Parts: sequence; C-alpha cells; structure tokens
Amino acid sequence: MLLKKRQREEGEIPASSLADIAFLLLIFFLVTTTIDVDTGIGLVLPPMPQKNQQPPPIKERNMLKILVRHDGSVLINDKPTNIPDIKQTVMDFVDNHGKDPNLSESPDKAVVSIKSDRQTPYDIFVHVMDGVKGAYNQLRDNLSRQEYGVPFEALPNDGKRQESIKKAYPEKISEAEPDKGNSNS
Amino acid sequence: MAEFKKKSRAKIEIPMASMPDIIFILLIFFMVTTVMRTTTLKVQVRFAHAKNIEKIEQKRLVSYIFIGPEKSGKNQGQTAVQIDDALIDNMDVIPRLMYDKLMAQPKLIVSLRVDKTSEMGVVYDVQQKLRKAGTLRINYSAKPRM
Repeated sequence: MLLKKRQREEGEIPASSLADIAFLLLIFFLVTTTIDVDTGIGLVLPPMPQKNQQPPPIKERNMLKILVRHDGSVLINDKPTNIPDIKQTVMDFVDNHGKDPNLSESPDKAVVSIKSDRQTPYDIFVHVMDGVKGAYNQLRDNLSRQEYGVPFEALPNDGKRQESIKKAYPEKISEAEPDKGNSNS
Repeated sequence: MAEFKKKSRAKIEIPMASMPDIIFILLIFFMVTTVMRTTTLKVQVRFAHAKNIEKIEQKRLVSYIFIGPEKSGKNQGQTAVQIDDALIDNMDVIPRLMYDKLMAQPKLIVSLRVDKTSEMGVVYDVQQKLRKAGTLRINYSAKPRM
C-alpha cells in the first residue's frame, strides 16, 4: 500500500525559473564578450638574406623612396610631401606604364621603399603605410571596376579574378633599414 | 464604436513556453563566440588609426607582440616588448620563441600591437628578429579611422 502511494506522486522540477537562470548566464556572457576584430595593415617581410647575397638590382626609376623622418615630415624621392598626398604620388608612380621617364616602367616592376628614422613615432609610420596601401587598393579597385564591373572588395576571395588583379598590381612594399642613431638629415 | 470594444475585449497572450529555448540559443551563441582575454597587458597600447586596413578573419592564426611604454615597475614609461604574458628583456630570445610558435602553427600571422607613440627603432629591431625566426607574415595593428 505504501509503495503504491509513492508511485502515484509525480516528481516535478520547477521549470519556471529556468528562463531566469538562462537569462543570468546570458547577461554574463553578453558583458564579457568582446567582439574584437583584429584589424591592421598586413605585410610580408622579406626572408633573411643569405650571407654575401647582394640585394637584386633595381633601376632607379622603378623605386619610390619614401623617407619618414622623426619630426613627422615625409620625403618622397627627396621631395617633401604632405601625408594626405602620398596616396596620389604612389598611384602616379605605380600606374605610369613607362610614360614618364622618371616614374616606374610597369606596375609589376614598381617598388615602394619605406624608410623611417629610429625616432619616428609609430602612428606617423602607420599613416604613411596607410597612404601606400590606399594607393594600391585604389588602383586594384579601378582595374576591377573596369574589367569586371564590380569593386575589388566584391570579388570572391581567392578566386581567379582576384588573383589576376593582384597580379596586375602586385604590392611591392619594402622596408629599408632605419638610420642608426640620431639623424639630423 | 462596437468594433473598438470587440478589440479591447480580446485577450492577447504571447506564448511564454518557448522563451527558455530562445534564451538558451542566444546563450549558446555568446558562449561559443566569447574569447576570454588570456594575456594581461603589461605595456600600454594605444592604437594608431588608419583607413586602408584589413581584417584578420582567423583568430587562431594570430600571435601578438605588444610594444609600448611599461605600465608599472621600475622602468615605468620606458618602451618594452611583451610576448604572451612576459616582458622581453633580451631581444635575442624572440627568434626562438617565434620559431616555436611557427612550428605549432605554420600559417602564423604576427600582429604587432604597437603604441602610437613608440618609436620605429624598436619595431624595426623586433622585425629583424621575426625575419630570423622565419615568421614573415606580420600585421601592423591599427583601428579604423572614422
């Protein structure tokens, strides 16, 4: 008799508070979550040179020398340039196709060399880098719109079309060794 | 008028039974996307801003190097390099450290999180060590400029 009585009893877990518990957990994760996307300017460093290896010869006209000085001024091929003008200068240089004898022969031969003093603050360097990157992005975008009618960003990743545009305007950015010590140049 | 009365008389009830399920789905989403901060920063990093930046989609490929003024200690304010949890006193250990990381993750991207006031000389020294280690893919960390 006693056993039967027990069986009839229904065990129930109160489920009404379940939502509250879940809410608390949810709020905890909401607060601790940082949807922090890593953004930055990507670059591939050149591998360490072998001993006695000379750097490959580059024609003077194919090299755009950008010097970022410690006081924040920028010299492009020894000519003072404002930071917002870097983009246009680099674009003219890369997209020359041999027209101007002082600028590059073709986009795939053009090399942009950035050199900075040891005392240059990082954010000025980033602004210069930004301008150079912006020039390449703009050129690729123009070509993409011309060839495929869509902005470069809209092309599928690692697709053939993206590759062909990257090949047309390869980013050749080199970082030169900074001058040692205090530079007063 | 009658129409109005009819409407007000109707009882509207939102079914609450599925509420916990919805909350749980949200909860699971946030649990999965949450990345707990693993390193304590010992150097101060204020990001530089730039326009033409790219996102790094795969976070697990990334390894960070922090460069900035030390937050505390006797060298407070002096530029220091931090990898993982430790400040690097001697730069010569960087190639080995990074080489080990490269072996564990061949597609390693090194994100250089540099304080905007730091001088390029230190960044350049770190870069030379990275070249020695063979970790050539780097990323100058910067936040988008509005």
